[in-house]
Amino acid sequence: MTESTGGIEVEEETAGRVKKFMFVNRKAPYGTIYALEGLEVVLISAAFDQDVSLAFVDDGVYELVKGQATKGIDVKNFSPTYRALEGYDIEKLYVDAESLKARGLTEENLIVPVEVLSNEEMADLMAGQDVVISF
Amino acid sequence: MLHIVNKSPYQTRNLESCLRLAKAGSAILLIEDGVYAATRDNIAAAGIKAAIGSVSVYALSPDVEARGVNNLLLDGVKLVDYGGFVDLVAEHANTQSWL
Amino acid sequence: MKFGIMINEGPYTHQSTDTAYQFVKAALAKGHQIHRVFFYHDGVNNATRLTEPPQDDRNIVNRWSKLAEENGIDLVVCVAAALRRGILEENLAKGFRISGLGQLVESGIQADRLVVFGD
Repeated sequence: MTESTGGIEVEEETAGRVKKFMFVNRKAPYGTIYALEGLEVVLISAAFDQDVSLAFVDDGVYELVKGQATKGIDVKNFSPTYRALEGYDIEKLYVDAESLKARGLTEENLIVPVEVLSNEEMADLMAGQDVVISF
Repeated sequence: MLHIVNKSPYQTRNLESCLRLAKAGSAILLIEDGVYAATRDNIAAAGIKAAIGSVSVYALSPDVEARGVNNLLLDGVKLVDYGGFVDLVAEHANTQSWL
Repeated sequence: MKFGIMINEGPYTHQSTDTAYQFVKAALAKGHQIHRVFFYHDGVNNATRLTEPPQDDRNIVNRWSKLAEENGIDLVVCVAAALRRGILEENLAKGFRISGLGQLVESGIQADRLVVFGD
């Protein structure tokens, strides 16, 4: 644990401080590394017992599309990791309804259960965070 | 909340998403190539004009000057320098960078 | 106020590290503290001492080293992102250190604001 968290004594340094962290995913997978390395931050954040939310907006919704098969491009398919987030107690996955609709997608196309939010709901949720890290 | 946009509105739709998800009372700061959205008659001008009033729109003056567009700015866009950028971050509870 | 900074792009290709540098300088000039500058994605390329820009150009790497030295700023390079891109202890510029992603999350917790610079 100390290696993955950068040698920080999680318990001592950040004890009792729970902030609202939102990771805003706005990039499609594979074309660039942002989605994958973003997911790595999300996994590490689980060690800090913070109030973590993930938002999928714009091309970020493509990260969650079912049926990704990356053998042909010889890149690791990291989409199953989104299904594993529950095991890290990261259960707040929010998808921007308009981004989904604009791409001809519905919840049925996604690899994990998510909460689909309207513009207003997403705007409120984002504005209510302590820390917003965007990829 | 302070929203930061750094892309030309001709290159990405980041500003559109930002305008869609920026609540009334929030601020938008245009930096780097984002400042082109603050010029008259650009593709995003109507969106910016409609937003001004419910949100405050700023452009980073060193980026505006570097790109030679200081005489082309839309009315109602406020200019800030890097110190003003720091103040905006300090004044708002959080920031979202639309990368 | 205490600021955390995240930089996601390398030097020269994108303006983001220049903007972040100017932001940090302005924040210090106003009496704010910089809790940490965290380099991620291609941002880790800001940390190589092997860069040699032309003489009439700014030296982005040295500029960070100098700012860190003069103001005691913690410049942290993500280990996983760094190893992917060939940034190692042996080619690390002065003032930078390699550590884990937890340092970014910790900065989010401890700083009053976290600002992300990227492309």
